[in-house]
Amino acid sequence: MKEVIHTPVPSVEEEEYHINMGPQHPSTHGVLRLVVSLQGEIVKSLKPHCGYIHRGMEKMCEKDTYPQIIHLTDRMDYLSAHINNHAVCLLVENALQIEVPERVKYIRTIMDELTRIQSHQLWWASFGMDLGGLTCFFYGLRDREKILDIWEETTGARFLQSYYTPGGLMWDIHPDFQKKTKEFLKYFRKKIRDYEKILSGNVIFRERSRNVGIMTKEEAVSYGVTGPSGRGSGFSCDVRKHHPYALYDKVDFKEILYQEGDTLARYMVRMDEMYESMHIIDQLIDNIPQGDFSAKMKAVIKLPAGEYYQRVETARGALGLYCISDGNKTPYRLKFRTPSFSNLSALDHISRGFKIADLVAIGGSLDLVIPDIDR
Amino acid sequence: MDPEKLKERVLTLAPEAELEENKQFLTFFIPAGKLHTTALRLKEEEDTAFDYLFCQSGSDMGKYLMVVYHLESTKLHHELVIKVKTEDRDNPAFDSVCDIWRTAEFHEREIFDLLGIRFNNHPDLRRIFLDENWVGHPLRKDYQDEVNIVEL
Repeated sequence: MKEVIHTPVPSVEEEEYHINMGPQHPSTHGVLRLVVSLQGEIVKSLKPHCGYIHRGMEKMCEKDTYPQIIHLTDRMDYLSAHINNHAVCLLVENALQIEVPERVKYIRTIMDELTRIQSHQLWWASFGMDLGGLTCFFYGLRDREKILDIWEETTGARFLQSYYTPGGLMWDIHPDFQKKTKEFLKYFRKKIRDYEKILSGNVIFRERSRNVGIMTKEEAVSYGVTGPSGRGSGFSCDVRKHHPYALYDKVDFKEILYQEGDTLARYMVRMDEMYESMHIIDQLIDNIPQGDFSAKMKAVIKLPAGEYYQRVETARGALGLYCISDGNKTPYRLKFRTPSFSNLSALDHISRGFKIADLVAIGGSLDLVIPDIDR
Repeated sequence: MDPEKLKERVLTLAPEAELEENKQFLTFFIPAGKLHTTALRLKEEEDTAFDYLFCQSGSDMGKYLMVVYHLESTKLHHELVIKVKTEDRDNPAFDSVCDIWRTAEFHEREIFDLLGIRFNNHPDLRRIFLDENWVGHPLRKDYQDEVNIVEL
């Protein structure tokens, strides 16, 4: 009788296998592909595959004038459009040593903080939805509409505004801007309590996010994880505090730091930041001084030959523009150090050993915007 | 540490370093062979403690290719820029620093992808944005692409 040889079949727990998450996956919020290596449902490692919407922005910038570059930066981190524009404007203004009018600084700071609030609202909406709370999505988008309406009146656009120009602003604010912004703050202070009730105080949510995806402070520094994701690990990296621009050295606000480094800490940083942003706008909205909305600029902007580095704090972290100029009207080389790119690099490390369902929570808590990674 | 003291400190760590004048940050060119040892000491020494690589970028300067490291210390809050360059356009390579600053892993892959600079001892040096079969490195100044780049 022929002997039957039993080859051992590895059980599901032992066998390591790969699955593709994305490029079209609801929790990646864009076209990002994660090749996840799993054992059972435990994440062993993952490899991000980027570049699905790589547009070669740095190459394009070598052919574009500085005012043209502003319109490109909108399209990197589209949820921080104003702040990205601000970076280019500051780069040019600091290189040419142009002092912008006080009125411009006030308006820019208010716009930047409105940007931060609406970005965190959309993040809160989608983060709640990723974890199964569909109501969050409706609440978040409902309140974000109010800010988009305010912007639409002043800038003419709801999403990609390109409102800042080197030296100032495209045009002055709408006469109703201050009134509408104050109405929004009053409205949102009530509504953010609902946010706290529905998610922050929700037992299911807290259990799913506490002690999940832990990143130590040393890891955050080493991976260059900035913004709310880094501050959730206690990494003090707020550009507004360390290298103030616009009016951030004059207004009173706290840098939110949490030491736990888990998904819940990153969540709490963003929630608290919305209160801080409202606090900043409160201090400025009634005091916008009269004056010009732009400094006098030459028609053709040329930066003196040299190297410039300009950083700003977007809703996702530290955005850096490294510009090498040879004295022409276009930069010789312009590098965008985008926050999402560095934040993504930590995802593999912090999600190892957690379940694949936790990966959705961890990815959501890093608040990645894919065009900001690919550029 | 104030810039004057930092300058002296860097020169004791790497005597071959060349200072670049009139820059926003204190800037040094480091010989490519000394990059890894210098970078490691800049991070490990207690009075420099550069633990945060906040930007790493490559650039084609025409005569040479260079990689620029923007460093900051989160403990001492001082900043430094180090650069390395090579005139070898066919097979440029530097030592990887991703064992010192983990963020370099992605940044070096980007520089490899777009400028064709290789990094020795990098754990996973592949293209990051472009397709594996892409020919050439777009951020090189002599890069030609008649299909995707429209000259006006």
